[in-house]
Amino acid sequence: MQDITLWFQDLLAGNLIFTPQTLGYYWEGLVTTTQLVFLSLVIGLVMAVPLAIGRSSGRRWISLPIYAYTYVFRGTPLLIQLYIIYYGVVFFDGIQETFLWPMLREAFYPALIAFTLNTAAYTTEIFRGAIKATAKGEIEAARAYGMSQGLMMRRIILPSAFRRALPAYGNEVIFMLHASAIASVVTLMDLTGAARFVYARFYAPFEAFLFVAAIYLCLTFAILYLFRWLEKRLLAHLKPA
Amino acid sequence: MLDLHGYGPRLLEGAGVTIQLAVLSLALAIVLGLLTASAKMSRSWLLHRVATLYTTLIRGVPDLVLMMLLFFGGQMALNLVTDALYDRFGVDWYVNLNAFAAGVLTIGFIFGAYMGETFRGAFMAVDHGQIEAGKAYGMSPWLVFRRIRFPLMMRHALPGLSNNWMVLLKTTALVSVIGLSDMVRIAAEASRATHEPFTFLIPVALIYLLIASVSEWVFLRLQKRYSVGFGGH
Repeated sequence: MQDITLWFQDLLAGNLIFTPQTLGYYWEGLVTTTQLVFLSLVIGLVMAVPLAIGRSSGRRWISLPIYAYTYVFRGTPLLIQLYIIYYGVVFFDGIQETFLWPMLREAFYPALIAFTLNTAAYTTEIFRGAIKATAKGEIEAARAYGMSQGLMMRRIILPSAFRRALPAYGNEVIFMLHASAIASVVTLMDLTGAARFVYARFYAPFEAFLFVAAIYLCLTFAILYLFRWLEKRLLAHLKPA
Repeated sequence: MLDLHGYGPRLLEGAGVTIQLAVLSLALAIVLGLLTASAKMSRSWLLHRVATLYTTLIRGVPDLVLMMLLFFGGQMALNLVTDALYDRFGVDWYVNLNAFAAGVLTIGFIFGAYMGETFRGAFMAVDHGQIEAGKAYGMSPWLVFRRIRFPLMMRHALPGLSNNWMVLLKTTALVSVIGLSDMVRIAAEASRATHEPFTFLIPVALIYLLIASVSEWVFLRLQKRYSVGFGGH
């Protein structure tokens, strides 16, 4: 560890911008971005499964409100959604007296809520498409076995729909990582926030933003390869022989 | 009712800015996309590499980071150039990169990469016999492009194009962050000033939905037009 610290100090010697301190900001930004993206993706995914099932339902009073939700959240910019939640959360009566207020007052939770609702809307539509593409024969076979609707969903439709949704969902994950950069607009110190801070402090746009761009690029490639690996494992049966 | 504490007219102006920004960026993106697609399909190894590098890098970095890099970095680069001009030749010339131009350039540049992928797929879907027929008629390569490849390609490109346009439209909101007074920035300012965020942000969200719905209709018409002669699609 001592060696690494020394090596690091040596590397940074004479560098005015990338001091251990600014690298610390970038590191904290990376942590914030990762937390924000990971949490919103996980919660959004959990929300999207029942929503997608409801959206595929034949009963219009279930599917229509869900469609309205996904239409609005996919049709408006995430920045607007973030502003509405960030500036609007104060206006819910009595929220300032609840235990939630200390959390909601910080920018992290409004951003998390906005990102979660946004990714849940996109993921719902991805899953709906995958559910709709289920082969008719599989459903008929399940019916012939006397499976109930729930059992058929759990054993037949969802497992294959998840696999079909994988490539599109991988794009959504990357999209979310990139979209998370706007968290810096509501004063959050995510990766982009750290870059803006470094830019403002040293007036060094190229160093500040190119460095952060490289970090995002690495994260994007990591996600890309993760999904490619998952696809290779889970979609092996769909590959042309 | 549309007065909105006096912000109504400014909000409408902002909507105009958003639409101009989106349309100009789209035009730039289409040109860059066609160039990228041509480069990717060309036999030149170098062109192919450059185009691949462009699409890979652009699609790996957030829009907002690219926008800030171009806006803040671009201003600095311009200053360096104009300073050098002044020192060397005594030319007193100062260019201020405005947020609108930076926005059009960045968004066009970003979506050029996405359009490139869309167009490449669409060009490859064009039946090669049609191109050969054009050549057999003695058409020049440009005429073949204009009369045969482009119109036939558009039928395949339109779904992707419409998708890219919808994403592009929403991306214009980011230009408010680097200081352009589009409708998002005006709504955010008005929200802070009046402490009534919903009054301003919800109409803006509705305008975005309206533009999206109108574009959907336009693209449906275009799709019909470019599918003429392909039997009921």
